[in-house]
Amino acid sequence: MENMNKDNEEFEVRTADSICVNESKLEHKWYHNFKYLLVGIGFGIVFVKAEVISWFRIQEMFRLESFHMYGIIGSAVIVGAISVAIIKKFNIKTIYGEEIVFHDKKFSVGQIYGGFTFGLGWAITGACPGPLFAQIGTGALVIVVTLLSAIMGTWVYGKVRDKLLH
Amino acid sequence: MEITQPWPWYIAGPLIGLTVPLLLILGNKSFGISSSLRHICAACLPAKIPFFKYDWKKEVWNLVFVSGILIGGIVATYFLGSDTPIVVHPDLAKDLSQYGVQDYTGLVPVEIFNWQSLVTLRGFIMMVVGGFLVGFGTRYAGGCTSGHAIMGLSTLQWPSLVATCCFMLGGFLMANFILPIILAL
Repeated sequence: MENMNKDNEEFEVRTADSICVNESKLEHKWYHNFKYLLVGIGFGIVFVKAEVISWFRIQEMFRLESFHMYGIIGSAVIVGAISVAIIKKFNIKTIYGEEIVFHDKKFSVGQIYGGFTFGLGWAITGACPGPLFAQIGTGALVIVVTLLSAIMGTWVYGKVRDKLLH
Repeated sequence: MEITQPWPWYIAGPLIGLTVPLLLILGNKSFGISSSLRHICAACLPAKIPFFKYDWKKEVWNLVFVSGILIGGIVATYFLGSDTPIVVHPDLAKDLSQYGVQDYTGLVPVEIFNWQSLVTLRGFIMMVVGGFLVGFGTRYAGGCTSGHAIMGLSTLQWPSLVATCCFMLGGFLMANFILPIILAL
């Protein structure tokens, strides 16, 4: 019982300000994570080859000088939405036979203030968190500094979280 | 189309969109990248902050996934790379030339993002302050482009639409009105 309370409490901490919560009852050996490495590699290749992680393309997007990024985000959302609808409609399970669960996101003013703050940073660095990792991979090693600073930003958010509007 | 040429949006967009069902089917994982920054905090310097007191090992897949993105960057650059510089909109090229940006061979402009310029005000703002805003903002918003704009909109979450609009608003303001001032420093 005590253990269950502890689990609940931890789940609450973890779900705060997250859109992605992944709880699985299944226990897997460490090497099962290898498949996510492969998906990540594929993803990183697309990022670089389609210039999604290009600082220049991000500037063009915000200056409305190119359709490229809008086309990418728009078609990604359409394909994602159709896929999710298919998963729900046919009740598709994971490869381990688990039910696929979706978590509803609660509204918080953080999405406004935080979203705006992130937007400012996105236009400066030309990167959201994913592209930071890919940019380092392309050999722009100085971006390690930007990544460390982003980690620091997340840490400071955690530190001052109670004082912010939510 | 040669694989080494830049890929068009209608190839890249759907591939990125397919990551959503792929991660769900592989292991019930919701697509999201900014969480990785939080897991790194929880793993490396939790400092008794309640926000970082959770079992990050349960989310190790996310760290493996972002490591993959980094490796993907290496593979794309050194095995599938092309030497042709990126072609940008002439207005952007004209504006950037005023600030000394001439080199279009990399994905980030080397004149701005380099080790020497870290000690200049401009470089410090671009790399350190910019990174901080990304890390702070994404967590405050509860997600980034992947978690909100792609995963959130794909599952029809209206708070994600609000967040995405605010990302764009911040970006528009910065790119069109504030960045020219920073670049001129």
